[in-house]
Amino acid sequence: MFKNSRRVFILLWLLTLALIFIDLPENYHVKFSAFGHKVDRVINPPTLRLNVFGFNIQKTFKTSLGLDLAGGSDISLQADMKDIKPADRLSALESAKEVIDRRVNFFGVSEPIVQTAVENNSYRIIVELPGVSNVDEAIALIGQTALLDFREFTSAPQATAAAYTIPSLTNTKSVGITGKDLSRATMEYGQQTGTPEVAIEFTGEGQKKFGDVTTRLVGKQLAIFLDDIPVTAPVVQTPITDGKAVITGNFTKDAASALALQLNAGALPVPVSVVEQRTVEATLGAESVAKSIRAGAVGLTLVALFMILQYGRLGLIADAALLLYGLLSFGVFRLLGITLTLPGIAGFILSIGMAVDSNILIFERYKEERWNGKPWHIAIEQAFGKAWDSIRDANVTTIITSLILYNPGNWALLPSSGLVRGFAATLLIGVVMSLFTGIVASRTYIRVLYKEKE
Amino acid sequence: MIRFSKYIWVYFLLSGLVLVSGVFSLIRWGFRPSVDFSGGTLIEFTTNRDLSADTVKQTAAALKMDVASVQRAGNEHYILRMKPTTSQTISQLVSGIQSVNSVKVTIQSNQTVGPVLGRELLQKATFAALLAITAILLYVAWAFKNIKFGVAAVVALLHDLLVVLGSFSLFGHFLGVEVDTLFVTAFLTTMSFSVHDTIVVFDRIREYLKRDRSRPFEELCDLALTETINRSMTNSFTIIFMLTALALMGGDTTKWFIIALLIGTVSGTYSSPFIATPVLLLWDRWERSPRRRPAEVAGGKRSI
Repeated sequence: MFKNSRRVFILLWLLTLALIFIDLPENYHVKFSAFGHKVDRVINPPTLRLNVFGFNIQKTFKTSLGLDLAGGSDISLQADMKDIKPADRLSALESAKEVIDRRVNFFGVSEPIVQTAVENNSYRIIVELPGVSNVDEAIALIGQTALLDFREFTSAPQATAAAYTIPSLTNTKSVGITGKDLSRATMEYGQQTGTPEVAIEFTGEGQKKFGDVTTRLVGKQLAIFLDDIPVTAPVVQTPITDGKAVITGNFTKDAASALALQLNAGALPVPVSVVEQRTVEATLGAESVAKSIRAGAVGLTLVALFMILQYGRLGLIADAALLLYGLLSFGVFRLLGITLTLPGIAGFILSIGMAVDSNILIFERYKEERWNGKPWHIAIEQAFGKAWDSIRDANVTTIITSLILYNPGNWALLPSSGLVRGFAATLLIGVVMSLFTGIVASRTYIRVLYKEKE
Repeated sequence: MIRFSKYIWVYFLLSGLVLVSGVFSLIRWGFRPSVDFSGGTLIEFTTNRDLSADTVKQTAAALKMDVASVQRAGNEHYILRMKPTTSQTISQLVSGIQSVNSVKVTIQSNQTVGPVLGRELLQKATFAALLAITAILLYVAWAFKNIKFGVAAVVALLHDLLVVLGSFSLFGHFLGVEVDTLFVTAFLTTMSFSVHDTIVVFDRIREYLKRDRSRPFEELCDLALTETINRSMTNSFTIIFMLTALALMGGDTTKWFIIALLIGTVSGTYSSPFIATPVLLLWDRWERSPRRRPAEVAGGKRSI
């Protein structure tokens, strides 16, 4: 069905209409009278409610704005330094900050601010979260200690399937394996039980330690403690030497994923407690936002006019493709909840300027082919074909760059935090969307709408 | 056809001048880090009458106090971030705000805050950038079936990054411009834009290489540049229009960010025909140079 350009053209129109619907401004008051009817209503983007196989999906298409544009929540955490030597306090605070930073980012908040704050003898960490709807959940997550400890029973009771001994801190002792020995933790559903559990993988050294301990404790219980509270105490059936294990317990799905997340992000070196939580307003006034948007509109108009000046009616088609690009990217930002900050918006406006590049490449090729005396409809198809090589290679390098900066695998060596990741996400979306509008959309527009005398 | 390859020394001289002054400034003066990098003072205060964040910021600016951001935490309650400050300066600021706006200011707290962009993140971002550059080199070398293209594209990329870094070091020294988180974003944008542009030029050279093996490499490059120069100009113009509008009308917050982007894109477009292609040409010339040939032949004999 995609062979037929007219069908694609109609699909593009439907897409455009859907996007206009998704991209509607929020709380925009419309008041005018036309043909004797008075219109007075507040426009809002639609809310999607779907019921797919029993899962309720509810999605509101709202733009998430960054701290600079919309403010957010400001949480002050006080670090309890009584067990830390005065000389080590600053570095302990610093590493606590890094752990919290990682947790906030894993939680999916983009572009947070996490910084240390010291005043006399008070050591604090300030966390600012843009527009988080569930602040309590965020606080619960960032403030937890997440100390994982594997413990064996001191007075080894003979464990049978019928009689488990309840483990406690007094009747067990640590086997020397902690959260530091983990390389990875993920939430999974148990193969037989189907209940949520946390699968863990050990580091090279941890794997060896865990292998030794499980070899020693075959037939006995090994208790797993989290923050000094026993989670589970399974009986070791066979020695586990491949460095993989599963923590089961009465987890809900959310609890299991929260635990996995905390284990991944590491334990806090010092206990922290929330001392203050409040709402903060935007750092940038509405004025500077309005200025940027006005400037962007002027720039866009200039680009659109320039394209028409250079390429005539083809320029008009490029402008139509650009319009679709703008609608599409903005729609995707809303769909994926990408946080928009002022620099993000400036980058987005710049990407519109870059998206026009595929069209320029194609049209320049077209001019050359025409100049070589080919009829226009052959020239335009060949222009698309020949420009493709360079468009592909140029965009693949950009996609590689954005993927490395986004770090989807959360590798420890690469950044996994706000600013860089936010930039990479916008860049990636921009490139992929511009490939679609610059090639698929503009080609279809030309095939259906464009005619030239032979 | 324009004989671009005849003037290689002009391009290198021009870039050399920019790079030498930039690198000199980088070594001699470095950057002027903003509070994002250095950390600073966070002051919380309340007033008895509500002021807008903009008013507080303007008052501080009028007092020549370098305040990074002013944030309201509800009515009559403000959070102010600035460079590390003495208590004397803070009391000057407080009395300034009091007298200019005729309000009473009460300081709630005065804390030393760490950087928003810490050392760890900066190190990781640098590592990621290096990894991305290596990946770009390998991809270009693979796509163009020749390591020369990869190396030349990366040389042009490093040129552009150095131009951006150098000019902001100069701006910092002479105009007091600070390097902040936005600058990091502009730096990364330059990185992806530069290669994007270079590949378009290289693609044309690749096409001619396939089509016409008999022509000298120099002529192929000149032909490719002549034919892509119009596209390069058109493309840069659209971006320059956009950025100039944003720089002139977009307000102070993003002004230097946009200027960094502008320098990056202009340098990115310039470096494709005038740095990347000459590097390719010089490498080719060096490979064919008579001084190298006998050595190769001799080496070949030895291996038999």
